[in-house]
Amino acid sequence: MKLLGKRAPVAPLEYTRRWSMRIWVGLVLLFLYTPLITLVAFSFNDSRRNIVWRGFTTKYYEKALHNSSLMEALTNSITIAALATVVSVVLGALAAVLLWRFRFPTKAGWEGAMALPIVVPEICMGVAMLAFFARLDLPQDLPWPFDLSQITIAHITFCFPFVAMVVRSRLASFNREEEEAAKDLGASEWQAFRDVLLPHMKPGLIAGALLAFTLSLDDFVITFFTSGPNTVTFPVKVYSMVRFSVTPEVNAASALVIALTVLLTTIALKLQSRMGTIAQGH
Amino acid sequence: MSDKTPIISIRNVTKRFKGAPSAAVDDVSLDIMPGEFFVLLGPSGCGKTTLLRMIAGFEIPTSGQILIDGQDMADVPPNKRPVNMVFQSYAVFPHMTVAQNVGYGLKIAGIGADEIRSRVAEALELVKLDGLDARMPDQLSGGQRQRVALARSLVMRPKVLLLDEPLSALDAKLRAQMQFELADLQDKVGITFITVTHDQDEALSMAGRIAVMNKGDVAQLAAPADLYEYPANRFVADFVGSVNIFEGKLTLDEPDKAAVDCPGLGKVWLNHGVTGAHGSNVWVALRPEKIYLHVPGEGKAVRAAAEDAPEGHNFARGQIKGMSYLGDITLYEIQLDCGAMIRVSRPNLSRHDQEDFTWDDRVSMHWRADSPVVLLS
Repeated sequence: MKLLGKRAPVAPLEYTRRWSMRIWVGLVLLFLYTPLITLVAFSFNDSRRNIVWRGFTTKYYEKALHNSSLMEALTNSITIAALATVVSVVLGALAAVLLWRFRFPTKAGWEGAMALPIVVPEICMGVAMLAFFARLDLPQDLPWPFDLSQITIAHITFCFPFVAMVVRSRLASFNREEEEAAKDLGASEWQAFRDVLLPHMKPGLIAGALLAFTLSLDDFVITFFTSGPNTVTFPVKVYSMVRFSVTPEVNAASALVIALTVLLTTIALKLQSRMGTIAQGH
Repeated sequence: MSDKTPIISIRNVTKRFKGAPSAAVDDVSLDIMPGEFFVLLGPSGCGKTTLLRMIAGFEIPTSGQILIDGQDMADVPPNKRPVNMVFQSYAVFPHMTVAQNVGYGLKIAGIGADEIRSRVAEALELVKLDGLDARMPDQLSGGQRQRVALARSLVMRPKVLLLDEPLSALDAKLRAQMQFELADLQDKVGITFITVTHDQDEALSMAGRIAVMNKGDVAQLAAPADLYEYPANRFVADFVGSVNIFEGKLTLDEPDKAAVDCPGLGKVWLNHGVTGAHGSNVWVALRPEKIYLHVPGEGKAVRAAAEDAPEGHNFARGQIKGMSYLGDITLYEIQLDCGAMIRVSRPNLSRHDQEDFTWDDRVSMHWRADSPVVLLS
C-alpha cells in the first residue's frame, strides 16, 4: 500500500504539476485579466468618480441603458456589424470558393491583394477611407440607417478577408470526389454546390460570420475616421465619454459589450473545434 | 437489346492534358458488351483512370468518340449520363445519413418519397447494409462506407457501373472477400461493371475480360486465363503475374513445333508453331510455377518428365542463390550455369517440401514444351 501523501513523480510532460509553471501561468492570467475584472467590478461601484470602492449598486447599468445617445451608438454599432457581417460572409465565401476552385494566371496576386486589408495598419486604412469618402463626397444627411453606409462599407473592407481566410482553410479539407459523386448521381452544378459543398463550408461560414461581427462591433480606429457627427458608434461614443471622466456608467456599458463579445467568441470557438473534429473524421 | 451491340463503344479516344509531354490515353478503341465485368488493368499513370473518367464525363476526350448504348456522349454532361461511378475515396457525403446518401440520386431525379424509401431499402439489402440507414458515415467502417457508395450507385439502376480502384483502401482479408462479393453482385444485378485497378490478383479474380493498359495504350485485351497463359508481349507477361524472360533467336518454326535458342537459358522447345521470321529476335517467357526442380542426380526422372521435347531441350542447371518460404509455396532464385538468374516457385505439397533444397544447392530444372510463351515484342 502506498504511504499517505506520497505521490507519483512528476512525468516529463505534466507541466501543470510543476510549481514554477503554475506560478508562470498565474502571472500571465493576472496580467491579462486584471484590467477586465477591474472594469466589470467597478461598474457596480456606488461612486461617481469611480476611484475608491463605495459599495455595490446596479444603478449605473440602469443609467447606461437609459442614456439615449449611448444606446443610439450601440444600436448603430449592432446595425453596422449585422450589415457588414452579411455582406462580408457572401463576399468572403465567394472569394474563397473562387481562389480554391479555379486556376488562373493572376491568382497569386489576387490572394495577396485580398490579404492586404488584414496586414495594412488600421490607422492607414482609416486615413485611406477618410480620403476616399471625402473624394466620393456622398450626401451626409441621409435618414437612418443609410447614413451608416460609409462605416458599413469600411467595415466590410476589412472584415471580408477574414471570412475568406476561414472559409478557404475549411475548403482545403474538401474531397472533390464528393462533388463529382453528386454530379454523377444527377445533380446540376448548382445542386451539387447546395447539397455538398455548402454543407461542408457551413462551419467555416458561421465562424467567419462571428469573426466579422465581433471585428466590426469593436472597431474604433477605422470607424473614427469614417463616422460623422450623427453616426457615432459605440466604441467612438465610449471614447468621447472617457475624455471627460471615467464614470461607472462607461464601465457598465463596456461590461455589456464584453458580455456580448465573449458570448459570440465562445460560439465561434465551439464551431471551430467541431469543424476540427469533422475534418479529422475524413 | 441484343448481346451483339456493345453497351460502351470507345472509338479512337485520345486525351492530352495541358502541359503533359505525352497523351494520357492514346488512340484507344474498346467495345464493352452488356452484362460484362470488364477490368482496366495497368500501372499508375497508364491512363486507365482517365479513360474511366472520360466514360463518366469528368474528362472530355481530346479526340475520338465515346458511345454509351449507341448514343454519342460528346455533349452529355456527367449528370445526364446513364452510368454511375464508385469513387476511389468512396466520396460518401459526410453530412448525410446512409439512407440520405443512397437516396440522393433518386431525390435529385424527383422521385417520390415512398418509392425512394423502398428502393433505398432494397439497395441497402443488396449490399448487406440493411438496418444501418440512420447511421452517419463517420460511424461506419471503411468497408461499410464502400458499400454505401456501391448502393448509392446501384440504386440509380445505371446501364454501366464504373468502379475506380474499388478495393485499394481495404485490408487484405476484406479485399479478398469483396472480390467475391463484387463478382457475385454483378451477377445478381446484371449491370455492366467497369473496374479500374492496378492489382492483377483483383483483375484476374473478378474480370470477364481485362484490358491491360500501358502508357495510354491497350497492351492486350483478353480473358484472365488467356492473359496469364498467353501474354501478347513482354509488358503484359511481366505486369500480370511473375515471369522469367529470356532473349533468343528463333531457329525452328513449323506448324506443330518451334525452337528458340536462348543464350541465357539454353534451347527451348515448343509443341506449337509461332508466327515469326526464322532467325528473328524473340523473347521466351517462362512462369516460375511451370518449372520443375530436381536434384541433379535424378536424370532419368527429369528426362521422363521432359519427354515431350528432344534431348537437350527445355532443361537447365544452376545453383540456388536465394529462397523465400511463403507457406504455400517456396520461391527460389537460381543462378543458371551461364550466369543468368531465374525464378522458380515450388508448391509445398507436403510439410517438409521446403527442406528439399537450400542455399548453394546444385539443381536441375525442366519444363514442358507447352509452358514457354514466345513473345515477338
